[in-house]
Amino acid sequence: MKKPKTLLLIAIALCAAASFFTGGINPYYYDILITIGINIILAVSLNLVTGYTGQFSLGHAGFMAVGAYSSAWMTLTFGFVLGTSLPATGGVYLIALFGGGLAAAAAGLLVGVPSLRLRGDYLAIVTLGFSEIIKGVIQNAEPLGAQRGLGGMVQHTNFFWTYAVVALAIYGILTLVHSTYGSGFLAVRDDEIAAEAMGINTTKYKVLAFVIGAFLAGVAGGLYAHFKQFIHPEGFNFLKSVDIVVMVILGGMGSTAGVCLAAVILTILPEFLRTVSDYTWLPGPVRDLAENRMILYSLLLIILMLTRPQGLFGKMAFIRGKKS
Amino acid sequence: MIEFLQQLINGLSQGAIYALIALGYTMVFGVLRFINFAHGDIYMLGAFAGFYTAPKLLSLTGGGPSYGGAALVLVAAMALCAAAGVIIERLCYRPLRAQPRLTVLIAAIGVSLFLENGGQFFFGADPQAFPEIIADSAIELPASWGEFASLTLTIGQLIVIGSTIVLLAALRTIVKYTRTGMAMRALSLNPLAASLMGVNTDAVISFTFAIGSALAGAAGILTSIQQPSIDPLMGINAGLKAFVAAVLGGIGNIPGAALGGVIIGVLEALVVGYINPTYRDPLVFAVLILVLLFKPSGLLGKAEREKV
Amino acid sequence: MIFPALFFGAWISEVNAGPIRVGEFASLTGASASFGQSSHKGTKLAVEEINAAGGVLGRPIELITEDDQSQAGQPATIVRKLISQDKVIAILGEVASSKSLEAAPICQQNKIPMISPASTNPKVTEVGDCIFRVCFIDPFQGTVMSKFARENGWKKIAVLTDVKQDYSVGLAEFFIKDFLANGGQIVREQKYSTGDKDFKPQLTSIKASQPDAVFVPGYYAEVSLIAKQAKLLGLKVPLLGGDGWVGDSLLKVAGKSLDGSFFSSHFSSDDASLMVRNFVEKFKAKYGEVPDDMAALGYDSAMILADAIRTAGTTDSGPLRQAIASTASHAGVTGKITLDPQRNASKSAVILTIGDGGFHFVKKVEP
Repeated sequence: MKKPKTLLLIAIALCAAASFFTGGINPYYYDILITIGINIILAVSLNLVTGYTGQFSLGHAGFMAVGAYSSAWMTLTFGFVLGTSLPATGGVYLIALFGGGLAAAAAGLLVGVPSLRLRGDYLAIVTLGFSEIIKGVIQNAEPLGAQRGLGGMVQHTNFFWTYAVVALAIYGILTLVHSTYGSGFLAVRDDEIAAEAMGINTTKYKVLAFVIGAFLAGVAGGLYAHFKQFIHPEGFNFLKSVDIVVMVILGGMGSTAGVCLAAVILTILPEFLRTVSDYTWLPGPVRDLAENRMILYSLLLIILMLTRPQGLFGKMAFIRGKKS
Repeated sequence: MIEFLQQLINGLSQGAIYALIALGYTMVFGVLRFINFAHGDIYMLGAFAGFYTAPKLLSLTGGGPSYGGAALVLVAAMALCAAAGVIIERLCYRPLRAQPRLTVLIAAIGVSLFLENGGQFFFGADPQAFPEIIADSAIELPASWGEFASLTLTIGQLIVIGSTIVLLAALRTIVKYTRTGMAMRALSLNPLAASLMGVNTDAVISFTFAIGSALAGAAGILTSIQQPSIDPLMGINAGLKAFVAAVLGGIGNIPGAALGGVIIGVLEALVVGYINPTYRDPLVFAVLILVLLFKPSGLLGKAEREKV
Repeated sequence: MIFPALFFGAWISEVNAGPIRVGEFASLTGASASFGQSSHKGTKLAVEEINAAGGVLGRPIELITEDDQSQAGQPATIVRKLISQDKVIAILGEVASSKSLEAAPICQQNKIPMISPASTNPKVTEVGDCIFRVCFIDPFQGTVMSKFARENGWKKIAVLTDVKQDYSVGLAEFFIKDFLANGGQIVREQKYSTGDKDFKPQLTSIKASQPDAVFVPGYYAEVSLIAKQAKLLGLKVPLLGGDGWVGDSLLKVAGKSLDGSFFSSHFSSDDASLMVRNFVEKFKAKYGEVPDDMAALGYDSAMILADAIRTAGTTDSGPLRQAIASTASHAGVTGKITLDPQRNASKSAVILTIGDGGFHFVKKVEP
């Protein structure tokens, strides 16, 4: 990390170069590839909130929903104001991505404020409540398609934009937490009361973590909306939030590399399980169970917590909680 | 006016169910300081326990719906759920007791997802018709009540509210007047001191899970008397609402959980009846957030200072 | 020269003799699993029957089913997999309109025909000329029941809608439109969400509005409880509904409380026609339960596809699409199905009434 800026530029240049070769990829693999990128952004951004700052959130999908819906609404409404050429609509798309991120950041600010008074399980439940409220508002909003879902977005999201955002997100978060200023995040996580006693403005750090995390989740939502071209409130439910949390925990809280790896594994694994039914040498009940991927997923979650609560790649327990 | 009173009655009978489930959340939180996310699914297990045992138990008492048979079904479901609760605690939560609370919370989410999806796998995803264990019907109110005679009160509602009161009283007796109850209270005040004083922590925690799960099981049966259609995902919504009820009343506080349940039930009925049902869930969560922001200890809870 | 030719010929015929791959995506697990499993059962039964009768074009059909776990975001990935990985020639699915709407643009881009068994939202087939459905759309069914209510002289109707199902919202919308346009009166509109168990608050409000009948265009899981609680609250008017009412647990849960109510549907399982009787019997033998509408529609979707492959004589997407589009008077278990130029099924509906623990035929309504 000597010259992080150069690294970032190299990474983005690599994305651009790689995107020339994605045309021939099997669309199914391409779909998985983009989903991996989006999940990395989600996991890395939640890692800032939970892994680095120690604020437990069960509502990350809510921020993603805000970003997805507001950016989709923007491109659907203003998509062609600059003209119909690709640079014009693409420009609107980029503005919409950013705008979606900002809208999500505003929601993050709203959620960050309760975090001043709450911690641990309580905060988790409040964030869960917030994301349910966001879902409820969308379900009642006729201009956003309400319960039918919202479609008709142009597929602007491609390999380059997805992974450029991935590179920016990783770069941004790493430079932030490794800066002198950013060590405040870790201080809040490790011992909030001691940090406060040392004169660190814990309030500011907690809210900041929520705002930045929400912004990135919102951008990820925008990328998602303009890749799948159809979004539905149920796509941003509690299960989606749990998915993201599991990525962060599996990766090891506060380990950006681990979290990225976990996002890759957890995106590919369920797709891999689809092929289990092809292995006819497996006994029938085993295949039946593997078909039901949600049962495996929940078992995995329990076993992971029992055997390696610090995550597959993490070194420390993710939050040194109060000894109660 | 009649409509308003009717909504109050509707809300009260639903709130009683929430109260029973909320008690389990509150008791576990009291001794372990963690949110048992899978508690709502125990309620679902209770309903299915009744579904599978009722035909056999009813045939013991003559076959048809009867109060004796219903009581047997209730006891059977409570026993099975108590066992399930104890097993889950033993296998999934006890090994994690020294870990940070959030590790346990994730494990609990895992258990919850497992029960829901396992339920779909083993019981089937289709809703099942719960056998009629008590013939539910409306009670004729005396005509001398004037316009109030048009109110509807069903036997099912009376049974739900009555059973809830009885179970609450029983719980209060256990917690207040038995040695185990005293141990539970000691544990929730100071676990270390309690164990130093010779309280068998493991046994008391198991007992707490048994009681809390048995109450959820009872709620599962009582709901099914009124709403005889059960499915493996029925615990999600009820569990969340009951949790909100527990927090609203002051988590860790037993009368608080009962009060919270009733308030949430009535609030829901009023929102659905007078505003718009689509705002019911968001509004319940908004109440939760407001309570946590302005009175985090809940309506009846005592404020607790964070210690260094 | 002969040897290579023989060899080549054998190779060609082997490719042709391989199974025809058809993709299916359904919610086999998760919140809408009860619908997904039903339609999947019907589809599977149809494919097994087709294969038992020798397949189509002399080749068996291989049904490749993927579970979307009732999760939004999954259908797009799955359909891409089915098309690019499994090389399916057509796709069957989904019950929920929101899932079909997610998958449809991808099928359209790849020119792979998609037949939805039960997505009733008009928008689904508007995606493009490769998207078909075998069920009615909301406007038709909503209007059928409104007409029926008017014929019965009911002037004041209350409506109870499931806001989580666009099917229910759609039916209610078109019912209300037609009913108001013809001088009727909607005295109360109430809503609920899929998965609710307590409807007494809504029913209390509806009872206070004193309707002649209540239109409840929801699914059987909730309708059965609504009926039961309506009777308990002393709401004695008939309930009206749509095809979503048909389900194994409807009468088991509702008991006698639905007696005297009416609903529109695709087929009546006490239909005397040999075809329906056969279907119901085979379904019972295989799964031990009475087929609901989702199962019947899943069955028809697979049968229509098989017929189209026979008509087209090939599995190439162009001719196949054409053949599906020209489906006319297909004798399905859900009635005679003709696909109109908008690729929607135009078929008759039946109105059934409930009594003596069963459904009884009232009348047939032509489109």
